Amino acid sequence: MRPRRVLYLLVFLLVAAIGGFVWWSQFPLIDRIEVPDPASFERNLVDAGAKLAAIGNCRSCHTDRNGPEFAGGRAIATPYGKIYSTNISPAPGTGLGHWSEAAFARAMRQGIARNGAHLYPAFPYDHFTRLTDNDLRALYAFLMTRPPVENFVPANELPFPLNQRWGLAFWNALFLDRRPVMPDPSQSPEWNRGAYLVAGLGHCGDCHTPRNLLGAEERSRALSGGEAEGWPAPSLGPDSPAPVPWNAEHLFAYLRHGSDTEHGAPAGPMQSVTDAMSHADEVDVRAIATYVANLQPATTTNDKAPQRQATAASQSAAPGPGEELGATIVAGACAGCHAPGQPMVAPHGLNLALSSALHQSDPRDAILIVLGGLHPSAEHSGPMMPAFSGTLTDAQVAAALQYLRRHSGQGPAWADLEDRVRDVHHAMTGSGS
Amino acid sequence: MSITPPRPSRRAFLSGGGALIVSFASINPLVAQGTTALPGAAPLPGSLAKTSMLDSWIRIDAEGAITVFTGKAELGQGIKTALLQLAAEELVVAPKALRLVTADTALTPDEGYTAGSHSMQDSGTAIRNAAAQVRDLLIGLAAAQWQVPTAGLFVEGGAVIAADGRSISYGKLVADQNLHIQAQPQPVLVPVAKQRLIGLSLPRIDIPAKVTGGAAYVQDMRLPDMAHGRVLLPPSYGAVLRSVDISGVEHLPGLLKVVHDANYLAVIAEREYQAVTAMQALAAAAVWHENADLPEPRNLFETLAHLPGETVPVLNGSGKMPEGAQIIEAAYSRAYQMHGSIGPSCAVAQLTDGGLSVWTHTQGVFPLRAALAQLTGLPLDKVRCTHVEGSGCYGHNGADDVAADAAIMAFALPGRPVRVQWMREQEHTWEPYGSAMLTHARAALSPDHKILAWDYSVGSCTHSTRPGGAGNLVAAWLRSNPIAQPAPKPLPLPEGGGHRNAAPLYSIMDARVVYDFIPDMPLRVSAMRGLGAYMNIFSIESFMDELAHAAGADPVDFRVDHLGDIRATDVIARAAERFGWAGYFRTPGRGRGFGFARYKNLAAYLAVAVEVEVDRETGRTRLRRAVAAVDSGEVVNPDGIRNQIEGGILQSASWTLYEGVQFDRTRITSRDWSSYPIMRFSAVPDTVDVHVINRPGTPFLGTGEAAQGPTSAAIANAIFDAVGIRLRDIPLTAARVKAAIGV
Amino acid sequence: MITLTVNGTAHQLDIDPATPLLYALRGELGLNGAKFGCGLGQCGACTVVVDGEATYSCLLPVIAVQGRQVLTIEGLGGIDKPSPLQQAFIDEQAAQCGYCIAGMIMRAHALIQKTSAPTEAQIREGMEPNLCRCGTHMRIVRAIRRVTAEAREAALVSFRETRR
Repeated sequence: MRPRRVLYLLVFLLVAAIGGFVWWSQFPLIDRIEVPDPASFERNLVDAGAKLAAIGNCRSCHTDRNGPEFAGGRAIATPYGKIYSTNISPAPGTGLGHWSEAAFARAMRQGIARNGAHLYPAFPYDHFTRLTDNDLRALYAFLMTRPPVENFVPANELPFPLNQRWGLAFWNALFLDRRPVMPDPSQSPEWNRGAYLVAGLGHCGDCHTPRNLLGAEERSRALSGGEAEGWPAPSLGPDSPAPVPWNAEHLFAYLRHGSDTEHGAPAGPMQSVTDAMSHADEVDVRAIATYVANLQPATTTNDKAPQRQATAASQSAAPGPGEELGATIVAGACAGCHAPGQPMVAPHGLNLALSSALHQSDPRDAILIVLGGLHPSAEHSGPMMPAFSGTLTDAQVAAALQYLRRHSGQGPAWADLEDRVRDVHHAMTGSGS
Repeated sequence: MSITPPRPSRRAFLSGGGALIVSFASINPLVAQGTTALPGAAPLPGSLAKTSMLDSWIRIDAEGAITVFTGKAELGQGIKTALLQLAAEELVVAPKALRLVTADTALTPDEGYTAGSHSMQDSGTAIRNAAAQVRDLLIGLAAAQWQVPTAGLFVEGGAVIAADGRSISYGKLVADQNLHIQAQPQPVLVPVAKQRLIGLSLPRIDIPAKVTGGAAYVQDMRLPDMAHGRVLLPPSYGAVLRSVDISGVEHLPGLLKVVHDANYLAVIAEREYQAVTAMQALAAAAVWHENADLPEPRNLFETLAHLPGETVPVLNGSGKMPEGAQIIEAAYSRAYQMHGSIGPSCAVAQLTDGGLSVWTHTQGVFPLRAALAQLTGLPLDKVRCTHVEGSGCYGHNGADDVAADAAIMAFALPGRPVRVQWMREQEHTWEPYGSAMLTHARAALSPDHKILAWDYSVGSCTHSTRPGGAGNLVAAWLRSNPIAQPAPKPLPLPEGGGHRNAAPLYSIMDARVVYDFIPDMPLRVSAMRGLGAYMNIFSIESFMDELAHAAGADPVDFRVDHLGDIRATDVIARAAERFGWAGYFRTPGRGRGFGFARYKNLAAYLAVAVEVEVDRETGRTRLRRAVAAVDSGEVVNPDGIRNQIEGGILQSASWTLYEGVQFDRTRITSRDWSSYPIMRFSAVPDTVDVHVINRPGTPFLGTGEAAQGPTSAAIANAIFDAVGIRLRDIPLTAARVKAAIGV
Repeated sequence: MITLTVNGTAHQLDIDPATPLLYALRGELGLNGAKFGCGLGQCGACTVVVDGEATYSCLLPVIAVQGRQVLTIEGLGGIDKPSPLQQAFIDEQAAQCGYCIAGMIMRAHALIQKTSAPTEAQIREGMEPNLCRCGTHMRIVRAIRRVTAEAREAALVSFRETRR
């Protein structure tokens, strides 16, 4: 055959193969059911589902800002464009009202909607695929007993070809690992429960695991650090930037109560995680804390030693050349809350020598916290920090952070810090200063 | 007629030149015999009973400038304006012609504390009556001067005017005379039909300065050569200072003095920020030994219930429930709550040869003076306390304690004024709280839905540890030779402390009410706005709803059926009607609730209907709408009343929905607004309407604390209406609502 | 030496450069408006406007304020000639103790500069950082609505014009 015809044949075969694969990977429609009567779900099951939903933190993605619970419509910013969360309230028209348990389970495990369409892995079905039947049943019971809210969710804003859902068949073929989590007999039941929750419902890797070019988690580097909504999510393992190593007790305090004496308060997307964890089953939160803490190297040093080191470090606080502005800003703007060791006046804020954000080579978490502050949910007690965006200029924020990086973070200067601050500020507010 | 020469008196001396004397005897033959009230005469109204000389209240100088004195203090409740209205009304002058001097131990009558919503009843009544008598005195003087009967004379524009047009100004009338004359009971007041100012919403005289940066608060005082102090309060009650290394602080720029006396630590510096940094440095250098002396927070009410108590009877019913009647029972609780003044307490003090001057926002300058005299060892007449406004105190907050700190620091730096400002954390952790309280109610309903028997008990720590004596000042506990806090006693009825409003106003045949007074104070407590009334009304009004529900009756009708007082039923009817109670349409998540009380069963009547919205998923409850009706007797300033009631409704909503002091075994952990959240704009209702029912010619009824109790119960009742959950433990947090609703 | 430009006037102050602006305003310049409420950036009693942004002056060291424009309540208007915003607060009698009010007015001022015709929801959201303990919120919102009523009316009129 002539070369051109060979080319045409190859292209035809390729297209046929792709088309065939896509056709083969289509999922059928699952028939709609009558909207279940909420009273038909056993109370205990619904309660169990509520606690599991608190670990899964379904609410945070599936509820719009100031919108009705679980009715979707929240814009999730991904590197590929905006995706709007679906309505998972049991509304018959725009929610899950007509979804059977089987349809729900298929969505959670395989990322396929009731009508057979592929769901985007912004919905972490690649984690939820690990859920047991019992847990799925409980979650279904929980969701189907929420108040139904009809809500037309905006269409996703993805460019071609990403807006072609069938393309996800390839992604799933490459990256969806449907194997369940196998318990490790050499570990305690608590550890194993934690392993199951972290790998599955908790979907921690969604933020804390790095992703490859096609947006899938790099399984070999699980929990070694990732990113979410512009916030670097630090490594949970041996590379954790926390100056004082985490242990199960402190991690439990952090997850359950939203703050820890040795690590401070969650910020950014992590805040909604701990807000939700306060409603989860305490046993499960401990299990997660146990499992994750075990990813860190065991510490043999006395618990108190890191604190003392940290305090000592911050006391060698004399500014070096070029640091006067930063030191002065820190003294006037930060010390009132963050100065160490003051039982009466402070601390409200973490002793900054303990701050993970200042120990990270990526300055963005520190920048985001300073610019945006920390805000507990309305009327709730919780760590509070004012936003310095608009109060301090980008240059001033950079000076203060550079000083803190050296004196509290004990780390090398962050490169081009003022530009980084400007970029983050611009992304936050649409303007810089 | 006789015109007696000026009698030198301390008051006359202190008031400066131009002492003015007028003898009442010259116009009122009944008094010619002497200057005391006749035996068997009616008691003098309001605070005149205690301070009966007219010139204690009103002075007029030779130029006709009129000064009005009150022993009460402006707390932000608008009392200055209302008192000026009363005086101006009776003296028939414009309010701006008057100068008002408030609580000052050197200048004004001793009217005790500005508390308990007494200001209008006590001071307002006294000033009004004194002003009326001064007016009649002036008319009498003019009549004497012109040799005409008083009947043809009238007053206007600060002068007495005759029918033929002759006039003589007040100043000229009292030239070289004084008003050091005994007040008489039952003077002639300006008749209602002739009132120009009473009933008018005169704009508050203090607001313009407050919105344009004028000096308005003790925090704004700047005296020549003034230094700045900061106290270092211990991290917990009973903490002992083990060691403190002062050396790191002494050389700090601007540092003037470090005060160290046993557990008392303070710094004084030239500039305020220097004092703050010195305080922070000293705090870092101080080592305290603390004890785990606080009750286990999870068992607080059990702990309180087992503390030794003193039983105070309030109503002596049998406490028995009739056989066969339907019996309802409920128990309620309230967490410790804090005043949380938005501006932490502040005082300025100066020690000179003449004595100690203290500028303070205390509610009681005279009692504070006694306490500071005791604390410092100075004789009483060498201590002067002048009230200067602070931020809203809502009762006994840190004001007296910081005044003591200022006094101590003034002693450390004699001659120079020292301004001491408490920090936010200090105000939060050391102010005396509103006590935690437990109540228990039991009642029997007849088949035709009448309450047959009622048995109610309230348990509480004290609601007053006001100084008083120095033993109620924190500084006195911290210094060497500490003065022990005196054992508190229950406040007497009819006003009461923890048992304020414990007796229901409702007509109940057999009602027993008992107060279990707990003298112990695991957390520091004292008077907080309303005292026991807030919790007792919460309990009674929640319980009335529970009874109405059991009876299948409308909550408003049920209350009206048990009230004989028409003023009570009037406010209830007005609030219900304006709210649209009868035609209320319930939408999902929303409900309505009602609350009523007569504050102290003696003061203002208030009824409030509210609508709340409950989010089932989070338990978050929002007050969406409130409609209140209030009867404060004769209304002096209607907008002043509305302002107080609106504010009271919102403040009560914040207390009721969010507030409870947090603590662990050692420390108070509610240290700032992040650890003690209060209402913010996002939770503020859509509308609040206050309807004022005016009763001209009737006595003033204290109003400042009338809204808090009824609002709290109305909210709890509305939550029940919205989601069918009966919550009985204040604060009615989202977590509690959620836990009760379930998933 | 720190140069602070407050209400249009430059001041040379010999103070510790770490001094929070609040203390400089009150102590060095004798201005009463901005108040100490918490020193922690939680209550807003210290609110002033810096380069158009409502700011907690208790947490802003003066070294960071050089070269920037500080506006305090004294710069809006005085007791003899209050600004329309201040007058609205007087007309609504929007104060009980009044301690929070100067901070409220500055926060409102910054809000109105950015959104001349704010809706009720925008007003409440804009004022969220400021606390009032007396419960004067309703009047504060009314005062802001009052002073922006004309702008809202004008915006509505011009909206209707564009729809024709």
